[in-house]
Amino acid sequence: MKALVAVKRVIDYNVKPRLKSDGSGVDLTNVKMSINPFDEIAVEEAIRLKEAGKVSEVVLVSIGSSKSEETIRTGLAMGADRGILVNTGDPAIEPLAVAKILKSIAESEQVGIVIVGKQAIDDDCNQTGQMLSALLDWPQGTFASVVDIQSADKVLVTREIDGGLQTLELDLPAVVTTDLRLNEPRFASLPNIMKAKKKPVSKVSLADLGLPENFIEPRLIVQKTEAPEVRQAGVKVADAAELIDKLRNEAGVL
Amino acid sequence: MKALLIADHDNNHLSEQTAKALSAASQLGAVDVLIMGHDCTEVASQAACLSGVGRVLLAEHEALKHQLAEPCAEAILSIASEYQAIVSAASTTGKGVLPRIAAKLDVMQISEVIEILDEKTFKRPTYAGNAIQTVQSNDSIKVLTIRTANFATTENAPTSAEVVALDITLGQQRSVHISDKVSDSERPELQSAKVIVSGGRALGSQENFNATILPVADKLGAAVGASRAAVDSGFAPNDWQVGQTGKIVSPDLYVACGISGAIQHLAGMKDSKVIVAINNDEDAPIFQIADYRLEADLFEALPEITRLLS
Repeated sequence: MKALVAVKRVIDYNVKPRLKSDGSGVDLTNVKMSINPFDEIAVEEAIRLKEAGKVSEVVLVSIGSSKSEETIRTGLAMGADRGILVNTGDPAIEPLAVAKILKSIAESEQVGIVIVGKQAIDDDCNQTGQMLSALLDWPQGTFASVVDIQSADKVLVTREIDGGLQTLELDLPAVVTTDLRLNEPRFASLPNIMKAKKKPVSKVSLADLGLPENFIEPRLIVQKTEAPEVRQAGVKVADAAELIDKLRNEAGVL
Repeated sequence: MKALLIADHDNNHLSEQTAKALSAASQLGAVDVLIMGHDCTEVASQAACLSGVGRVLLAEHEALKHQLAEPCAEAILSIASEYQAIVSAASTTGKGVLPRIAAKLDVMQISEVIEILDEKTFKRPTYAGNAIQTVQSNDSIKVLTIRTANFATTENAPTSAEVVALDITLGQQRSVHISDKVSDSERPELQSAKVIVSGGRALGSQENFNATILPVADKLGAAVGASRAAVDSGFAPNDWQVGQTGKIVSPDLYVACGISGAIQHLAGMKDSKVIVAINNDEDAPIFQIADYRLEADLFEALPEITRLLS
């Protein structure tokens, strides 16, 4: 079966975002961009499933500007087979529209499993996988820490839930979203990076997918983007005894 | 505006997160609470006691026992048209099911709401809490998950709300629950604890983590948290993780031990009322947001604190 993995180009997780002074958003000019860390885990998982003989082909899809091709190449260098770039230009696209685009591709590619990151570290929405699963009417295994394909039509997914772990058996095809502990993504070797340059990446537009242009217009109006309130540093205490005294008598929390 | 609040529970107890999400939902208008589960009438009576609840809707079904996203979404969608807002705590259950509702209703969900400005305008954190967006939704139904750390708990009402049993028909299920491995701990849950003691990478090992952090937590009746670095290093289980990718907490007292204060950790605990940081690195970023900072060796300071509290 084919695995489809969605990858998003986001601000690198080590970079502290800089807000534009007019409140219109985060300034991304000359900022290091990388593959969304949860999506990198998704790519790794799909490649491992292929190495284990459970998946025949790993197809990456990225939605965004032409620069998202770099993100696809990152995944190809890790070992994915080919990419699809849905070029929608610069505007940020909401999870609902992303899910609809992914649905169209999952259907036309006839994939057996879709693996996506549980959330993107820019908008922190945590919606796309669940929305895609609902639109396709496929089962979902969110926040996965183990993905174990049992047969052509069953997958066991262990999920990170509040308070512990939960294991589900899903009928395939299914949508899986990755949590941090699913795997540790590999580093791409230089030869693989070179090889990835030759792997096929098809570029499609919304029209090619039969979707109208107004389809990606945002539903939510972002009125402003501002910095959170800053907490002030407090006082230094000399030792454990002073700390307990302050907590008891000053803060009143003991 | 009429809001439907999806309750978090384990078929026996209503989660405190629901009481917090209720105070958010109440800002939108009248609130009905939906309990989905199996043999969970007790939870319905607990929900009925909360102040501001219009009706408690009780959907009991074998397939809802583990509150898997697919059957829950089916149940919610069967009554969604009566409401202008569908609300849930941003728990793993809420985060799993609500985007399905939004997709089926063709609306954009607003995730992790921290403030409700009016019935269509909300504040939510992005970029690990480094950028707070104010967003307006003109969708006919608002689908919201609530970051409960930012809302107060609803008190109990003098009289109980009416409990209405729903007759739910579900289609064939393609997700089957196999098992749960839930940590059975006597300690309070992270998200409802008044006090949290958290450990970081400086603990060095799982043995040190347990030997140093747990006694202080026990003395304080505290929940135990961990930084992502500590979890990644195997010192603590993942469900203890506090941060952008773990749990978001806001206890009365948060004691960060040997945690440097990476952005992603701060995103999970900076709304705590009082923050204590204990670290031997005077340049640790956690000190910049701590109310009380103790520059000391953890392995001396924490046993000392335990002793002094005895």
